Amino acid sequence: MKLHEYQGKELLSRYGVAVPMGKVAYSPDQVRAIAQELGVPVMVKAQVHVGGRGKAGGVKYCKDPDAATAAAEAILGMDIKGFTVKKVLVTAAVDIAKEYYAGMIVDRNVQTYTLMVSKEGGIEIEEVAATRPEAIFRLPVDPVAGLRPFEARRVALEAGLEGSLSKIAQMMVALSRACFAADATLAEINPLVVTAQGEVVAADAKVDLDDNALFRHADLMHYRETEAEHPLEVEASNFGFAYVKLDGHVGIIGNGAGLVMTSLDVVNRVGGKPANFLDIGGGAKAEVVYNAVRLVLRDPDVRGILINIFGGITRADEVAKGVIRALEEGLLNKPVAMRVAGTAEEEAKALLADLKTPLIRMYPDMFAAAEALAREVSA
Amino acid sequence: MSILIGSETQVLVQGITGREGTYHARAMREYGTKIVGGVTPGKGGASLDGWPVYDSVQEAVRHHRIDASIIFVPPAGAADATLEAAHAGVPLIVNIAEGMPTVDMMRVVRELKDLNLRRRLDGQPPIRLIGGNCPGLVSSGKCKVGIMPNRFFASPGRVGLISRSGTLTYEAAALLSEAGLGTSTTVGIGGDPVIGTTFADVLPLFEADPATEAVVLIGEIGGADEEAAAAYIAGHMRKPVVAFISGRTAPEGKRMGHAGAIIMGNVGTPESKLAAMARAGVPVADTMPEIAALLSKALP
Repeated sequence: MKLHEYQGKELLSRYGVAVPMGKVAYSPDQVRAIAQELGVPVMVKAQVHVGGRGKAGGVKYCKDPDAATAAAEAILGMDIKGFTVKKVLVTAAVDIAKEYYAGMIVDRNVQTYTLMVSKEGGIEIEEVAATRPEAIFRLPVDPVAGLRPFEARRVALEAGLEGSLSKIAQMMVALSRACFAADATLAEINPLVVTAQGEVVAADAKVDLDDNALFRHADLMHYRETEAEHPLEVEASNFGFAYVKLDGHVGIIGNGAGLVMTSLDVVNRVGGKPANFLDIGGGAKAEVVYNAVRLVLRDPDVRGILINIFGGITRADEVAKGVIRALEEGLLNKPVAMRVAGTAEEEAKALLADLKTPLIRMYPDMFAAAEALAREVSA
Repeated sequence: MSILIGSETQVLVQGITGREGTYHARAMREYGTKIVGGVTPGKGGASLDGWPVYDSVQEAVRHHRIDASIIFVPPAGAADATLEAAHAGVPLIVNIAEGMPTVDMMRVVRELKDLNLRRRLDGQPPIRLIGGNCPGLVSSGKCKVGIMPNRFFASPGRVGLISRSGTLTYEAAALLSEAGLGTSTTVGIGGDPVIGTTFADVLPLFEADPATEAVVLIGEIGGADEEAAAAYIAGHMRKPVVAFISGRTAPEGKRMGHAGAIIMGNVGTPESKLAAMARAGVPVADTMPEIAALLSKALP
């Protein structure tokens, strides 16, 4: 689950990360009131789940409440990479002396979090990683002890950060504590600012939480914004499907994440463009498949569906029954290319062979199915 | 021969009285696995299909020689169940649970390292964890400690199979059978970001296994396990290896079902994996059926 900047800051500050005073606002009037209350120059920052807000004009420095109100009028309602800005964070502008980067990320190579620290803050860390990897200092963090102050000081010194060593270290330790306590998969402070007055504050925060751990964070669930997700993704998660909306025209349904990814690859290889990733999981019954087909058909971008099943625990005949139910209920109005193999393959083929419809077609392998469907929907 | 498990392996099922636990305990017995009992805290003293049910792994270990334990416990309790088995000294732990918090797995892996250090000083063999979020492992025709469908692993074959994906493992096993090659041992290492056993941990076992003539490695986008495997292959393996990488056209930043299958910035890209395999001289199949063709070419 992705958090907005203001949510991330709220979370990190609970564990001791210092952040500038600020509040979230939904209208220019609210922005004016907050700016007046703060009584200092402010930043008005679009709160959307996408990077590159600054470049898109979604972040503005405002010297007084009038300027803040005008900025809010411009930013609220703005479209940033397909996301409409519905709220802004109004936060005290900080007097920047130094801009650094500190981030914690789940790192499968070391089987724990890696703390990354760089002197080159304020810009995308991917850019630094790509062009000057030596400018990022990395330290695997012990998952039982968490980051210790001496380690934080060592990293700060090695990275060449200037400013109060103890305050910088304190912030990193707090960041680590927040990650373990809230089950973050990623938490970045960028920039980590040393102010002209010598204070150390997080001027921005990007936090992603581990979806698998949300069950033990009832207090964080109010951060979830279903309206910020694709409506089909919300519906899919209610059905328990792993679903990702993509921007092509070929709907894809399969069992098992690896097989669905492979189906995506095959569709791309034959010149098609996948409209989605949908994994029905293991052991799906006809009803689950029926729901999956209905969901994918609801996507207006979908012109045809590739169903790729290798029956292991899932029975191929259950899959066939689900598709047939969608057909019998008159829901099926687009071509379906099916490849079914594995457990109960013969039963599935027998069921599907009896159908008198040109909409459902069977193919011996996923390649043939994808090729025929891609040709048809792009014609 | 086989790796990790064999016809004499005695298996404990943690969570045996749950729906999944019961179902798969029976399927494993049908396959020929020697299941000696199960554990469900609070149900000690009961029995299921003639298997004794214990309150704890510790108690089960007092009554049987346990070579492996398989965990069918909901994700919230799976880390605890894994550590319970480890502290009871079970040498092979297979964690099937899908949806475990990553921090839990970090701590399990860390604790296992400590435990294994102490065991080494005491002259005991290390404890190995497979998974989580994995289909387990099967030594064809001998023993299954997992959830894979029995029919694809009916008789012993020549190829060792390691995979991050469940369904693709079954599909690969079926393809290898059809091609007349078959599988020796199959290890599903799991699709989570932090797992107990990686490709590079399994490859040396296959290299040393007389029953394995070649290895098929099914990787996916995300992380650098495939790159680490390639480095090992280049430096240490004589047996031919054929790879397949799924998610080669997945967009950056989208989690493709598996929590581990995600490209973040320049980490986990297919380009990096394909280049590493090419450097190691490992042919990468573009499609699943091509795996069998590449293997036939590589095998004498």
